[in-house]
Amino acid sequence: MSAVAFDYTAPTTLDGALGALDAPGRTVALLAGGQSLVPLLTSRQVRPDVVVDLNGVAGLAGIGIGADRVRIGAMTRLREVERHRGLAAALPVLASAAAAVAHPHIRVRSTLGGSLCHAAPAAELPAVALALGAQVVLRSARGVRSVPAGRFATGAGTTVRAPDEVVTEIVFPRTGPFTYEFSELCTRGSTGYPVAGVCLGLRADGGLVRAARVVVAGCGPVPVRLPGVEAALVGRAVAGPHPGLVASVVAEATRPGSTGPEDREYRAEVAGVLLVRALAARAGREGR
Amino acid sequence: MSARTVTVRVNGVVRTEESEHHTTLAEHLRTALRLTGTHIGCGSGDCGACVVLLDGEPVCSCLVLAVQADGREVTTVEGLAGGGGLTREQRALIEEHGLQCGFCTPGLLVRMAHAAGRGGGEEGVLAGHLCRCTGYVGIRAAVRRSAGDAGAGR
Repeated sequence: MSAVAFDYTAPTTLDGALGALDAPGRTVALLAGGQSLVPLLTSRQVRPDVVVDLNGVAGLAGIGIGADRVRIGAMTRLREVERHRGLAAALPVLASAAAAVAHPHIRVRSTLGGSLCHAAPAAELPAVALALGAQVVLRSARGVRSVPAGRFATGAGTTVRAPDEVVTEIVFPRTGPFTYEFSELCTRGSTGYPVAGVCLGLRADGGLVRAARVVVAGCGPVPVRLPGVEAALVGRAVAGPHPGLVASVVAEATRPGSTGPEDREYRAEVAGVLLVRALAARAGREGR
Repeated sequence: MSARTVTVRVNGVVRTEESEHHTTLAEHLRTALRLTGTHIGCGSGDCGACVVLLDGEPVCSCLVLAVQADGREVTTVEGLAGGGGLTREQRALIEEHGLQCGFCTPGLLVRMAHAAGRGGGEEGVLAGHLCRCTGYVGIRAAVRRSAGDAGAGR
């Protein structure tokens, strides 16, 4: 199928992009990597009047490794996130989560900012951004604001980004004593869509969990932290056994009042198993 | 306002044609440029039948707008063999029976050509390419054969 006709503009500056967003009465779609937007256009699920292409906007891509923070431009390709040497040392979980997205000819185009704005429920990078406590920086003609990753997505495919705003960068704190890892289960081996994912942050000492951070993706409209599971892990041996942990993940990720896909109990169980495996793998690496 | 001229260097030849803003690169190649070797399967980046090289990098041409390719270089399956017979990858697919209906073959060939000399292994090369006919056995053998010397696929 073909997309419905739209106007197209490709600004070369951020001010030009913000100017193009000032289109009263017209719906505007921002085109980043296009790996999610273009299918929505061609399937006519999204029918904008104007597409503003950010690919030519100067200054929106790049990775800056600072002493306390890592700044990643919104238009940085996932392949760059996956391969950047400084990032692999500073925040290896981001590189591994980026490498888990789809397949190489998607990652060569798709962007970090685009992934966060598309806000797919089971997506890798929104989950990791939440676990790491990232800040999403948005700019408009009105000014600049910064939104915690945990408050950026408001539902499946929706965010707090206002129609006149552009996400310019994502800022990650360096992780300090926590060590993070991301794992997921996908359809069709590694290249299909994720069923569920887990980002586990751990501070361990003498084989015991001192503090934990657990984010699950795919079990609801947005990735969520599971503070109950995090608290239950403290004091346990990383190596386990972890009786009841999968059930705890299911209970907390699908607790009454929350919403999610019809098969979310299955997805939450997958997330729980991924968590148990992540703990076992960590224990194995650290020689228990 | 909804159409413009798009100039692309395709397989070494500069081609200038009108394209509507909402036309994908895959549609532009097939319709405006009459290069129908690039196939359109899923339209969502799952199947890999439409993979071309854009400035030397493999991309799904169904997920790039034609206007985004303006001024850039595209290599399609038609551009792989340089007039001197089939490429090593094409011969390998034939010899290992790595195709049946041929729908996935163009994207796969572009990807195999890009992978040549870069390594990445079977899994890396095949990621994002769906074949509904072969069960991948022949394709895997062809990838091994084309990555190594003749006979390595056996």
